[in-house]
Amino acid sequence: MIEAQGLTKRYGDTLAVDDLSFSVEPGKITGFLGPNGAGKTTTMRLILGLDRPTAGRVTINGKPFDEVDQPMRQVGALLDAKAMHGGRSAYNHLLCLAQSNNLPRRRVGEVLGLVGLTSVARKRAKGFSLGMGQRLGIAAALLGDPQILMFDEPVNGLDPEGILWIRTLMKALAAEGRTIFVSSHLMSEMENTADHLLVIGRGRLIADCTVDEFIAANSQQNVRVRTPQPDLLAKLVAAAGATVREDGDGSMVVSGLDPTRVGDLAYDNAVRLHELAPVHASLEQAFMELTASSVEFHAGVPEAEQPVLAGKGA
Amino acid sequence: MATTTTVRPTAGVGLDLPRSAGRMTFAGALRSEFTKIRSVRSTYWTLLAMFAVVVGFGALASYGAATHQHGPEFDPTMQSLGGLYIGQLIIGVLGVLVISSEYSTGMIRTTLTTNPHRGVMIAAKGVVFTVVAFVSSLVTSFAAFFLGQALMSSHHISTTIGSPNVLRAVIGGALFLTACGVLGFGLGLLLRHSAAGIGSMVGLLFVVTILVNFLPQSWQSNIDKWVPALAGGQIWMTKALPRGSTPMFGPWPSFAVLCGWAALAVVAAVVLFRRRDA
Repeated sequence: MIEAQGLTKRYGDTLAVDDLSFSVEPGKITGFLGPNGAGKTTTMRLILGLDRPTAGRVTINGKPFDEVDQPMRQVGALLDAKAMHGGRSAYNHLLCLAQSNNLPRRRVGEVLGLVGLTSVARKRAKGFSLGMGQRLGIAAALLGDPQILMFDEPVNGLDPEGILWIRTLMKALAAEGRTIFVSSHLMSEMENTADHLLVIGRGRLIADCTVDEFIAANSQQNVRVRTPQPDLLAKLVAAAGATVREDGDGSMVVSGLDPTRVGDLAYDNAVRLHELAPVHASLEQAFMELTASSVEFHAGVPEAEQPVLAGKGA
Repeated sequence: MATTTTVRPTAGVGLDLPRSAGRMTFAGALRSEFTKIRSVRSTYWTLLAMFAVVVGFGALASYGAATHQHGPEFDPTMQSLGGLYIGQLIIGVLGVLVISSEYSTGMIRTTLTTNPHRGVMIAAKGVVFTVVAFVSSLVTSFAAFFLGQALMSSHHISTTIGSPNVLRAVIGGALFLTACGVLGFGLGLLLRHSAAGIGSMVGLLFVVTILVNFLPQSWQSNIDKWVPALAGGQIWMTKALPRGSTPMFGPWPSFAVLCGWAALAVVAAVVLFRRRDA
């Protein structure tokens, strides 16, 4: 269990983490979500004692990490796949880590097999691809068979095969009853893997709930409609209080009305429908809505990419 | 999606690792740091370069000594150890790199997330480096001495290891190199950057030594004995300084001055290391 109370970190004028309090519960995958620059990595560095908090504290099973007796048994972390000496072989990299915690030498071979790097164990890490480096980092995290695993943006830059591998691994590790704390700015990734969510923006906690709760609470119901009379239908649903957005290829997305109501409205007013389908609100959308105000660096994207037909609101 | 990767994360990540296994100890940290230093090529290259340069230059100086006239103040031990003037910089570079490479590669973050007891970790690294540096320096210093004496023996200007002060000077040469290495280690940890660490080490050991030559004589007599390389160099001389030269402390107190500089760098660096964000 990871517990943070009033955790704050300031670098000069920048408040990277602002009064965060949360707990990461054992036995599930907790996703740590936020736009780039939200303070995810800083929070993880604070948990691991790499950075000292400006205020507040964070503990692992009740103790600050630098007071833990068996660090690698308690926590395995992958913050950065490149955090290793490129001139050292994969085997020696893992060996020096295992030795520092008095873990048996055979663990090195075991974790190398586990991540599929046995054949390159004696090769210098310098020549590894990003995916291989990531696997080596994960092997290091697994050396101590830890109860808690922390991954910072583990799928960044990986190919689809690598992403699938990591996703499967995290689920398997969670199924063994381990605590998984994984950060990402990719909502789709969290939707596929996480049980619980911690969402931060500009260093502040903005949500602490399950994935389903998060979607339900933060996104509206959407309905996709295709009709030869778009203007008429747009007026009708707008009058009923919904928002309409044109969705290219002649269809439109109605927000704020359920599919039944949209269908009934069309029938009552003799509007011909060619398609009527509920659109599953994605975590992505919910996240964008929630963090819209907390993105630190707005990229200057044009306001509305799709023309709003009527009833711009929400 | 089909995948060729074998994913078998279950089947026991831990296999049969007992829960009690995996405690952090100083002995474990020492083993870990020894694995680190022996598993990168730069260690071997640097130590080999130090050996070659110190022994090679010592041989050249000894060979050259045979072509000059010598008075009673001629110190054949010092002559054969003349390569230490360059060797000090090479071992200093290794001292810097042993710690600065953790920062330049990012390894320090992995090191500290697997071994968060910073004091234990840095003490182990310091001890391992010091022992490796001392053993290599000892081999180097003795090799330079014996080769140098062999080259001078035909001209009857050589000395033997049993002569007064000679054993102290040869072992002292190794201690001198080791202290310079530790100074580099301290600067590397303080600055956490290879180029900055090497630059300041060369500045302190070499540039300062040259610059004091240009100071007025009266200043030199007060300053020279505190200059790290000049003070440290006293330990590998066997003869008293000739009359009229700038006064220095005796061999051991002078060596203590060099150690003081190294200790200053290391203590400052360790205090900051324990406090700073990694």
